Amino acid sequence: MKDLSMHILDIAQNSITAGAETIEVEITENRVTDQYRIVITDNGKGMTAAYAAKVTDPYVTSRTTRKVGLGLPLLKQNAERTGGSLEVKSEPEKGTRITALFSLKNIDRPPLGDIGGTMVLLAAANLNIRFIYRHITEKDTFTFDTREVNATLEGMPISEAGVIRFLKEMIRENLQEINIAG
Amino acid sequence: MGQVKSLADLRKIKEELQGRMSLRENSNNPESLVQVKVAMATCGIASGAKQVMDFFIEEFEKRNIQAVVTQTGCMGYCFAEPTVEITLPGHSPVVYGYVDTKKADDIIEKYIKNGELVDGIIPVNYETIEKK
Repeated sequence: MKDLSMHILDIAQNSITAGAETIEVEITENRVTDQYRIVITDNGKGMTAAYAAKVTDPYVTSRTTRKVGLGLPLLKQNAERTGGSLEVKSEPEKGTRITALFSLKNIDRPPLGDIGGTMVLLAAANLNIRFIYRHITEKDTFTFDTREVNATLEGMPISEAGVIRFLKEMIRENLQEINIAG
Repeated sequence: MGQVKSLADLRKIKEELQGRMSLRENSNNPESLVQVKVAMATCGIASGAKQVMDFFIEEFEKRNIQAVVTQTGCMGYCFAEPTVEITLPGHSPVVYGYVDTKKADDIIEKYIKNGELVDGIIPVNYETIEKK
């Protein structure tokens, strides 16, 4: 994966497959403590503690089309490369929380990439799922919530090309405003 | 701060978008629309499926084609990612492999517009080595 937004797109796909109705992505960065944390929480069908403990093994996957699952192992590898870690917490019927911790300044931390495009794409392709994206810096917090977007749109789908373009711009400008590390 | 876009701005441009939408939308039946499914599992994403999906969404708008673009999981053709499944109204789905934006352009112009098949189709009877 070239950047963190692609990891997020990938992990969110797991949540979608798990039947989640709400998927929350929260990124917290702090230049002082040198932390860059990504937390992805869903209310999908969850996993048993035993299964959750082994999902970072590439040869463990629930899919049937192929025998390997590289999404979480790749994210774990990237996190650990910076001295960080990956934690998977899950409870059956409740949901799953993935926490990836990176060193913000480490040269091996991939850049965030096109997070606006990623979130809007997810929202446009999965109109029935509520996506929340929160980005917290020392300066401020930006929250993007598709429930609020849908309330504004009053029935017009997020998948409308003009809406997609607007939302991508909106996220980009707001992230710039809170001074994200990138 | 005044320059930063917010949802209030979205409300403002909504009417304009609505106008454009109603011009296009004579039929609300998804069966009558072109359906594009982009495979977006780890393999697809790593090979550039996101760019391909962005491309389809943008180009359908520019070229005034009514289509639904969605995502799907891994279809098992990881070697041929990004893969895209296209369903024309009234036709069986066709899966294309190794789709980049150039290929996507070809698919739109030839297959979606004219129903003319383009190179790179993964046949439905394809079997993995394992099954044999």
